Amino acid sequence: MKVLLFGTCLVDTFFPEVGEATVRLLRRFGATPVFPKGQTCCGQPAFNAGYVGEARSAAAHFLTVFDGDDPIVTPSGSCAAMVKHHYPMLFRDDPAMLARAKRAGGRIYELSQFLVRVAKAHEAGLRGRGKVTYHASCHLTRSLGVREEPLALLSSLKGATFVPMPDSGRCCGFGGTFMAKLPEISCALAEEKAASIEETGADTVTGCDSGCLMNISDAMRRRGTEVRVAHLAQLLAEGL
Amino acid sequence: MSHGQTTLRFRENSARAVRDDTLRAAMRHAADTFGAKRADAFAPVADVEGLRDRASAIRDEVLSNLPMYVERFAASATRAGATVHRAKDAAAAREIIGCILAERGAKRIVKGKSMVSEEVELNAHLEEAGMEVVETDLGEYIIQLEGEAPSHIIVPAIHKNRRQVGNLFAGHLGVPYTDDPQALTKIARIALREKFLAADAGISGANFAAADTGSLVLFTNEGNGRMVTTLPPLHVAILSIEKVIPSLADLPAFIRLLPRSATGQPITSYVSVITGTRKPGDATGATELHIVLLDNGRSGILGGESKDILKCIRCGACMNVCPVYRTVGGHSYGWTYPGPMGLILTTLLTGMAKSHPVLDASTLCGACEEVCPVRIPLVRLILQLRGRKVREGFPDSMERRGMALFGKAAASPFLFALGQRLAGIFWPVARVLGGKDVARRMPAPAKIPFRRKTP
Repeated sequence: MKVLLFGTCLVDTFFPEVGEATVRLLRRFGATPVFPKGQTCCGQPAFNAGYVGEARSAAAHFLTVFDGDDPIVTPSGSCAAMVKHHYPMLFRDDPAMLARAKRAGGRIYELSQFLVRVAKAHEAGLRGRGKVTYHASCHLTRSLGVREEPLALLSSLKGATFVPMPDSGRCCGFGGTFMAKLPEISCALAEEKAASIEETGADTVTGCDSGCLMNISDAMRRRGTEVRVAHLAQLLAEGL
Repeated sequence: MSHGQTTLRFRENSARAVRDDTLRAAMRHAADTFGAKRADAFAPVADVEGLRDRASAIRDEVLSNLPMYVERFAASATRAGATVHRAKDAAAAREIIGCILAERGAKRIVKGKSMVSEEVELNAHLEEAGMEVVETDLGEYIIQLEGEAPSHIIVPAIHKNRRQVGNLFAGHLGVPYTDDPQALTKIARIALREKFLAADAGISGANFAAADTGSLVLFTNEGNGRMVTTLPPLHVAILSIEKVIPSLADLPAFIRLLPRSATGQPITSYVSVITGTRKPGDATGATELHIVLLDNGRSGILGGESKDILKCIRCGACMNVCPVYRTVGGHSYGWTYPGPMGLILTTLLTGMAKSHPVLDASTLCGACEEVCPVRIPLVRLILQLRGRKVREGFPDSMERRGMALFGKAAASPFLFALGQRLAGIFWPVARVLGGKDVARRMPAPAKIPFRRKTP
């Protein structure tokens, strides 16, 4: 099955290893990932800050690059939610674009969603190691409704122990442009998240959004927390 | 609290609040407690989602025909013996209430908890006219002694711990220091009892106003609300127009939702339904009742894209779960209403020029929407107001230029890749310059971006 891979601007620019792990996972489960070279960013930084025009031009570009019928897979709950729920908001007064936005929204999967619903990766007996805890990122859970899939994957790992994080769905304070506009609050929230991670006694923390993981990782560095941060794609790919 | 046109300083206030460890601990404790109690309170309720749908539909119906329901309420309340006043803005509300009290020679006023009275800055106005105004809700009493404004719409002194209250009482009331909550409550009760008995008039708010019967509905816990509205001969109630519900028969849905959402109680200790003045044979009640219906910009919100915020029933659940609110507390927001519902209402009621900085006070995490008992699309409302903020030109020019550049790069793979390379080149410089700035908190861009390693 051919799938169009949306890397996201963060993975593309800062975390290519997450993209590579995503490719390996998709191939392992019989998909053929194709990376449309024209892709850029879903437009969320502009949209969330109120720059509707700029967000619209990013969205229109995305819809052109990812046109077609193949499923779109992305290692980010936040970007998938943007395409699925906010693109229709951006084009609500433009019937032709709205229809394209809704079609793309129907084709897009966040990675864990694809791995569980389509690839049944949680039944494949992947290997893991150590104690792993999980941060349930906001847009993944509340906007996209993906709550069980990452947990199903993590608890299926042979050789790893999953330890739940207290209040795992509490925001880490990333919030895209929020981290730039209100850095004091953003840092404070990330530090609280880091404290929750420490409480679990896990040696690895994982999640489905590189933005959150980046923010959490920075807070842990400030606190001197020695817990490895790995995107779920990386963690799963290690067990292939 | 200032109603001047100076811009609210959310960034500065919140940066200071983040460093206040006492505040942070008090907020964390309170927000966690309310969050857990809320969850426990809803656990045994069958079909919570259906209940939320019903409550949401009732509020939608009210807003679709608000002028009609307000008229109907006013007529019903008048029939029941109340005098109804319409205040188009805060100044009018202050003037109306000041006159009612002055004309009757009222000097000693006891007050029940009312955020609308905070919104119109009623206390200061009455005190200037030489009246003594005493807040009788325990939390409100505490912050009145401290000279502060409420920092939460349900729990006004949420930012204070019991040691701070102990010191406050010892300093103001001439009692020995104690930080035992029961002893502190008793001290306040003794002090307030005398105020109740001597009061010339009571001022209250209202949680709902039933259009069919003209009844005011108050949800309270301490009994002070009942005393304020029944002991003095004169009762003045102030409420905003959107508090109307079509019928008293609509109340049960809100009785089930509001206390659970607010404090995690299955029901508040008191639910008072006040219909008109005291009738012959009534055991209690004010002999004169004035109801002041405040608009203060709400009719203008009704016709616009932010209309849904007027569905709010003031439970405060959105603030209890808000990561930003629970980190910085309500005073950082700088106006009457804090938290997610507050930043929306503040912007709409005080204007974009004054309030645009508080629109940043959300990570858009959506925790607020998840708990809102009347399903207000809070995230969409915040996003729409941010859109308006940009359209009206409030962000600084650096941000606007940066976003314009982003818009171009996001539509051009060439510019985007160029941006990636430039980020790599300038990152070391930015990292040295930035404090808590983004550059310092972002990792270095990868040497080879993912796009050059892809299938």
